[in-house]
Amino acid sequence: MGMTIAEKILARASGRKRVSPGEIVEGSIDVAMTHDIEGPMVVEGLRKLGTKKVWDPNKIVIVFDHQVPANSIDAALNHIMLREFAIEQTIPDFYDVFEGICHEVLPEKGFALPGRLIVGTDSHTTTYGAFGCFATGIGSTDMVAVFTRGELWFRVPESVRMTIEGRLPKRVMSKDLILKIIGEVGADGETYRSVEFVGAGMRNIDMAGRMTMCNMGVEMGAKAAIIPPDGLTTRYLRGRARESYNPVYADRDVAYVEERSFDVQKLEPQVARPHSVDNVGAVSEVEGLEIDQAFLGSCTNGRFEDLVEAAKIVKGKQISKRVRMLVVPASREVYLKALDRGILAIFARAGALIEAPSCAACLGGHVGVLGPGEVCISSSNRNFRGRMGSPKGKIYLASPTTVAASALEGKITDPRDL
Amino acid sequence: MARAWVFGDNVDTDQIIAGRYLVKLDPRELAKHVMEAADPKFASKVRKGDVIIAGRNFGCGSSRERAPLALKTAGISAIVAESFARIFYRNAINRGLPALTSAGVRRGFKTGDKVRVDVRGGKVRNLSTGRTFKVEPLPDFILTILRAGGLLPYLKRSIGKTAKQSSL
Repeated sequence: MGMTIAEKILARASGRKRVSPGEIVEGSIDVAMTHDIEGPMVVEGLRKLGTKKVWDPNKIVIVFDHQVPANSIDAALNHIMLREFAIEQTIPDFYDVFEGICHEVLPEKGFALPGRLIVGTDSHTTTYGAFGCFATGIGSTDMVAVFTRGELWFRVPESVRMTIEGRLPKRVMSKDLILKIIGEVGADGETYRSVEFVGAGMRNIDMAGRMTMCNMGVEMGAKAAIIPPDGLTTRYLRGRARESYNPVYADRDVAYVEERSFDVQKLEPQVARPHSVDNVGAVSEVEGLEIDQAFLGSCTNGRFEDLVEAAKIVKGKQISKRVRMLVVPASREVYLKALDRGILAIFARAGALIEAPSCAACLGGHVGVLGPGEVCISSSNRNFRGRMGSPKGKIYLASPTTVAASALEGKITDPRDL
Repeated sequence: MARAWVFGDNVDTDQIIAGRYLVKLDPRELAKHVMEAADPKFASKVRKGDVIIAGRNFGCGSSRERAPLALKTAGISAIVAESFARIFYRNAINRGLPALTSAGVRRGFKTGDKVRVDVRGGKVRNLSTGRTFKVEPLPDFILTILRAGGLLPYLKRSIGKTAKQSSL
């Protein structure tokens, strides 16, 4: 019997001809990423373990993105600690506060390559699966083991195949599709599994949209979310890829533990209501609900393509007086491109606040914290209680176009109506 | 005597320790805010040895290792849930905090019940009602990590052993 993409990558990384679901294998890591939140815990752990020198500085990427620029003395101390570590260990790919969110920066800098095994101390590391690699989130102690030995144990996951058919209607985005999927399978529906998104419909979704889907794979519990590479992947990677790569595809005779298919032709904009990502319904179910904040950004939907789609709706209009709209490009590259093409000006003229690239409002520690009773519509990935500040705040997750339409109207709005 | 703290399904990492506290490295600072969004009184009332009993998908969300670290520092000696989110599960074991899976356990407890967890024997007992629940057995290598007090102490010990062997 054949192997899935996840099995092939884990077999290659563990030096085996084949692996099967349930097996425990030791895999060599191709790229290990940490950021300013978990990074200091990794450094502490390395000191406790007595690791003087990391296994390979060229395979480590450090990105400051959660608390940038530092908004407290504690955050500044964390930055100092990790900055000194990067210098001491001569890690060439250290991106200080200037570059953006790790899950946008690693693809931009050509680290997310087909066939690779990537780990990061962030649950949304699954994003890189959009490039046909096996990428998963781990904690800081596991990362201490990786930084020390370059290897980590994995339980080979069962694989699931989700076949996407059709073309997304106007102003409906891949975010709506992934919310629909999560609503259907549940927040723990694919726990421990590797999800492959395949089918003719995927060919119509650009790399930004694919990253959105793989990013949120973890919101249904998945260990990895993988899209087989195609021409769009190659085009994105041209001039970016760090090294040559070998795309990996699933064999024809693979036994998936589960198969699902979704036709997106008639998909409506979706919204995840508080306080769980699988509490999903069509936008019509919450239409008219008044909002206080609209957040366009994050590793899920802060890409250039997201800003463009939202800008088309906002252009020449004014954001509702009762709403503060935050626009946070996911990276410096996105920021500059949006600046050069006049996209940021569209938002600023409409009354939005443009912030420097960072995770921003998504994790409630920095920009755009919610007070008790406040409601935010957000293009980010989690609506957990207290995620964005007060536990009495409410987060509704939606696509960039729904966020933009809602910001204009001051209430949750179907972007197709504007 | 250990007491049970009962929670529902999908207790996420933001409820366990909110993002705004993640700049802190001192585990005692984290413990002051543990489970704040789920139960604001938890941090001040939890006692050493207490056990969390929960429903499905405990620890879903972020990879933040401060989540199990804060629970362990606050005194929690084990978590018994119907299921766990993947990253939290690994992080808990790596921090030496037993994470045990037991079907139907949540309905068998209410907060305040006296509880005894037998990690190696694979059972959890509600001493207030007399009911016993089976937990899924842990593989040997996970038990070894737990016995060492977590992955770091375990690695430290095994590195020490290798160094000793190679010097012989």
